[in-house]
Amino acid sequence: MKDMLSKQAVSLKPSGIRKFFDIVSEMEDAISLGVGEPDFDTPWHIRDEGIYSLEKGRTFYTSNSGLLELRQEICNYIKRKQGVTYDPKHEVLITVGGSEAIDIGLRAVINPGDEVLIPQPSFVSYEPCAIMAGGVPVIIELKAENEFRLTAQELEEAITDKTKILILPFPNNPTGAIMERKDLEAVAEVIRKHDILVMSDEIYAELTYKEKHVSIIEMEGMQERTILINGFSKAYAMTGWRLGYACGPREILAQMVKLHQFAIMCAPTTSQYAAIEALRNGDEDVKEMRTAYNQRRRYLLHAFQEMGLECFEPFGAFYVFPCIKEFGMTSEEFAERFLAEEKVAVVPGTAFGDCGEGFLRISYAYSLDNLKLAIGKLADFVEKLRASR
Amino acid sequence: MREELLAIIERNSRIDLKELAVILGVEEIDVVNELQALEEEGIVCGYHTMIDWEKTSIEKVSALIEVRVTPQRGQGFDNIAERIYKYPEVTSVYLISGGFDLLVTLEGKSLKEISGFVSDKLSTLDSVLSTATHFILKKYKDHGTILTKKYEDQREKVSP
Repeated sequence: MKDMLSKQAVSLKPSGIRKFFDIVSEMEDAISLGVGEPDFDTPWHIRDEGIYSLEKGRTFYTSNSGLLELRQEICNYIKRKQGVTYDPKHEVLITVGGSEAIDIGLRAVINPGDEVLIPQPSFVSYEPCAIMAGGVPVIIELKAENEFRLTAQELEEAITDKTKILILPFPNNPTGAIMERKDLEAVAEVIRKHDILVMSDEIYAELTYKEKHVSIIEMEGMQERTILINGFSKAYAMTGWRLGYACGPREILAQMVKLHQFAIMCAPTTSQYAAIEALRNGDEDVKEMRTAYNQRRRYLLHAFQEMGLECFEPFGAFYVFPCIKEFGMTSEEFAERFLAEEKVAVVPGTAFGDCGEGFLRISYAYSLDNLKLAIGKLADFVEKLRASR
Repeated sequence: MREELLAIIERNSRIDLKELAVILGVEEIDVVNELQALEEEGIVCGYHTMIDWEKTSIEKVSALIEVRVTPQRGQGFDNIAERIYKYPEVTSVYLISGGFDLLVTLEGKSLKEISGFVSDKLSTLDSVLSTATHFILKKYKDHGTILTKKYEDQREKVSP
């Protein structure tokens, strides 16, 4: 058949991670530091609620927006954490992971030609989702000297009269960067001035290691222009349950519910029941996991310091983003050689945007023993490279 | 730091001091001092090794024994508990709420040895009213560690 495929779909670049994944998959005994999901199992009491819901025969669709009970718990949670109130009936939508919320959130607000500001390095979905929504992605290159935070000046410089929405991906995958209150206040001022929307992807909100996570919705005049995205994958180690949510202004949510209704119907019912339990009784689990991540984070930063590898201190998510520019290789070359010679997989920074060049994403969603083994190999590799120059 | 330190060494008492300091984000000397304080206060009472004897060729049998006793005036259960825990084959003694008083765990080389201990030593104590012995057939999980299955990373090796 002629012209079988969508030109738009064909034009999308495949994820840089995919390519790397194919190489790693073929190596039997490779140690990986390339995973973007928790190493913990979903806490048993949460799984138990999922199982229980199946036993009770809760195997039907829920309402399109998701169980009202869950939406109410989400509102309670945000009230508790951020001090901001949402209406569970009209301002919350349960989605299939945070990823779906990104997709339909953009499709709900973008008109052809609207510019979508995407700070990079960042998660791989924003750019393709913006394109498929008919938008024009405009990349803001975050800088190591700012600890990969978004500055008001960078934002100001990227805004044009076509700018529709800013994506705010903090705590950040892959850099581990966070935005503190003062950073958000500065950015919020620019956003208000230019009257643009915000999509704040806070999927790693529970995993910060400095101050408690601050959300853009806490800033003056921001809740009314923000699509807040969060989910259960990272905080409660529930990636496979595919459950996220979006909160935002009623008008936007109404459009998102429509898109969700036609494409998805509703998020998995079992997962929704499990998520209620996570929000009600999961605080201790989150705390325990956060403590473990923080120990590993300290271990890695210390190890980098010992091997003289440059790395800013990241305070969020479960990634570190060391700089490898001293070796005169691209991130991809470094990652490929490291894998071939030491059998350890890390993800090149460029998988998250061109400005990730010269950096690696190293995940610490691994046990300390595992990290020690892999970091020992990194130290050997770094030493070998230095000696050969 | 104390709670976090205890949680770590409860799972891994062999972790080295330098590493402890790094992952706790403190100086090594602080860890040394804290550990010493914990030992002096009797909070850290020992450093043990978890062994799955099942996997060795060494014969071991363990049992849980429910013991009903008559408490003594002024002493409660303390005297009788002491009488029991002094036997080296007794690995733990707990005072329990509910249908019986003391839960005694016991390790021996054979069923015969354990039943001998119960009938000759334990049951014959003056304040012991009755005993019920439960032999352990298989340990699935002990001290928070799953013994029957090894951890296997089921995740995809690379993901965004």
